[in-house]
Amino acid sequence: MAAVATCGTGAGSTGSVVAAGSKNHVTSFQRRGPRASGSDSSYSRLVSIAGTRPSVRNGQLLVSTGLPALDQLLGGGLAVGTVLLIEEDKYNIYSSLLFKYFLAEGIINGHTLLVASAKEDPADILQELPAPLLDDNFKKDFDEEACNHKTAESNIKMKIAWRYQLLPKMEAGPVSSSRFGHYYDASKKMPQELIEASKWHGFFFPEKSSSTLNIEPCSLTHGYIKLLQFIQNIIYEEGFDGSNPQKKQKNILRIGIQNLGSPLWGDDICCTENGNSHSLTKFLYVLRGLLRTSLSACMITMPTHLIQNKAIISRVTNLSDTVVGLESFIGSERETNPLYKDYHGLIHIRQIPRLNNLIYDVSDVKDLAFKLKRKLFTIEGWRGRSFPNLKI
Amino acid sequence: MFPELNNLLNTTPDRAEQGKLTLLCDANTDGSFLVHHFLSFYLKANCKVCFVALIQSFSHYNIVGQKLGVSLTVARECGQLVFLEGLKSSVDVFFRAQAEPHPLQFLREANAENLQPLYEFVREALKPVDDGEAAWRCPVLLVDDLSVLLSLGMGAVAVLDFIHYCRATVCWERKGNIVALVHDSGDTEDEENNILLNGLSHQSHLILRAEGLATGFCRDVHGQLRILWRTPSQPTTQRDQSLTYQYKIQDKSVSFFAKGMSPAVL
Repeated sequence: MAAVATCGTGAGSTGSVVAAGSKNHVTSFQRRGPRASGSDSSYSRLVSIAGTRPSVRNGQLLVSTGLPALDQLLGGGLAVGTVLLIEEDKYNIYSSLLFKYFLAEGIINGHTLLVASAKEDPADILQELPAPLLDDNFKKDFDEEACNHKTAESNIKMKIAWRYQLLPKMEAGPVSSSRFGHYYDASKKMPQELIEASKWHGFFFPEKSSSTLNIEPCSLTHGYIKLLQFIQNIIYEEGFDGSNPQKKQKNILRIGIQNLGSPLWGDDICCTENGNSHSLTKFLYVLRGLLRTSLSACMITMPTHLIQNKAIISRVTNLSDTVVGLESFIGSERETNPLYKDYHGLIHIRQIPRLNNLIYDVSDVKDLAFKLKRKLFTIEGWRGRSFPNLKI
Repeated sequence: MFPELNNLLNTTPDRAEQGKLTLLCDANTDGSFLVHHFLSFYLKANCKVCFVALIQSFSHYNIVGQKLGVSLTVARECGQLVFLEGLKSSVDVFFRAQAEPHPLQFLREANAENLQPLYEFVREALKPVDDGEAAWRCPVLLVDDLSVLLSLGMGAVAVLDFIHYCRATVCWERKGNIVALVHDSGDTEDEENNILLNGLSHQSHLILRAEGLATGFCRDVHGQLRILWRTPSQPTTQRDQSLTYQYKIQDKSVSFFAKGMSPAVL
């Protein structure tokens, strides 16, 4: 990979971009470490962390979200040190599925997990993770589906305007030799031995709510303060920020926070319009500060459709790095609309960060729909209107 | 800095004006390229810069700065740049009680009244050097961005007071400049943000407003930039001068063109 090749030279603008840009905090590693000459070796160590790869555009270290199609839409993956905010769909069906894909990807890659929830015990969440698809099993099913489509497609091809054939195809099948991004079978559970072999920390708010605070009360709600302390503790104890001299961490911490902002966390922004309007935004700010200074990536699901004060939603969007909104068709009038009959909902990519760069990778296809067909969660560009749906 | 933007603003690093408040705002798009422009512009103009960076980390600005021809690490080491990294300091302030007042002290407090510690930090950073030799041209305060302060619990009035104090010290007393970015929330009813934006618009000498295109996403035109020159202290019968351009952001520069004259269209 080009990124690894330039690491050795260390000179020249691309080299320094890659070395410093592999993550924002790599520079702090280089300054703080006792071995000042360790910059090259520490960088090559970072590159060799399982489940990560440098971004093609700026050498940023990326991890997979668990959905290769979503990785492609986000410019290669989720950057280490950033927050991915998922705006939940109305009944929290597909967003919790994305949450599980994110955690399952962490287990497959051997990352450490930190699961925080106020609704479900993290141990139960981990029991329900989808099983990874092995390449040969998937290939069989994929070929089957492709055959069914092929006859229909060849007829349709003649009718469609040529412009639509040029639209890009989202990655729909497994690249057999890829180590980045795996496919999951939503109908099967992750094997027990994989879960037991993984390293994970759980934060279940009802269990932790009774213990005392050792921080003076600021405007954050009790639940958020405890969660921040828990995360900071794990990051420090396990050495993800490089400040603990005993621990040399070479792994990524995947943080998953479910239903942030819901009343179960003790926050009232979903109940009233004049609730505590700064608690959630302060939490996000300090959380992002923690992420930027450590080798971690975070996915948060948030029921933004319940937040009464719309100003908070725009502030939350500005404070997050990547924001993806899910809109499912269940219960809406679109469920019976023949235009949408093949799909279960729409995906809106609301924000992608420009990290270490003036520009970013943005997909040209703006109308995206998803469907959960048999086992797979697929994302496709959608051209409903008067043209039959092509798999584009 | 972007040479094309310098031409539009009719300024170069050698002839930078003094005592001005420039307001950057973005609506429906990301206006951070303007922050990178002014940061590299004032560093090249040999000014002493105090950068309150609340939204991104130091290495982000450094890497982009290198593409634009300035090195923030060198500037910081030789004292030209004083950098307050909000994200990193917030972790220190929040989890550990600090002995001395920290500029981001309000993160720990339930009802912070004002931004005085932050103002003290800025005043200290842009203090003129005592040995009589003017090493740097003029002090500049750069803030990215002020809307974050609203999200962190400060009221719009507290932020306006902070800017007022900074203007008195930096612009009037020390003949320097201030550049601040504020997000325009558009139709979401963020009243505090609107108060802040309107209040600052009335005080600014120059307003640069980056807007997304009304027609939606376009690959070749990333947005529209409105430039408004004002004279806040002298009410004149003359109308304020205003220009509108469209722009496309590239890897190391931004190209500007008149509306509808994008090279992709011609």
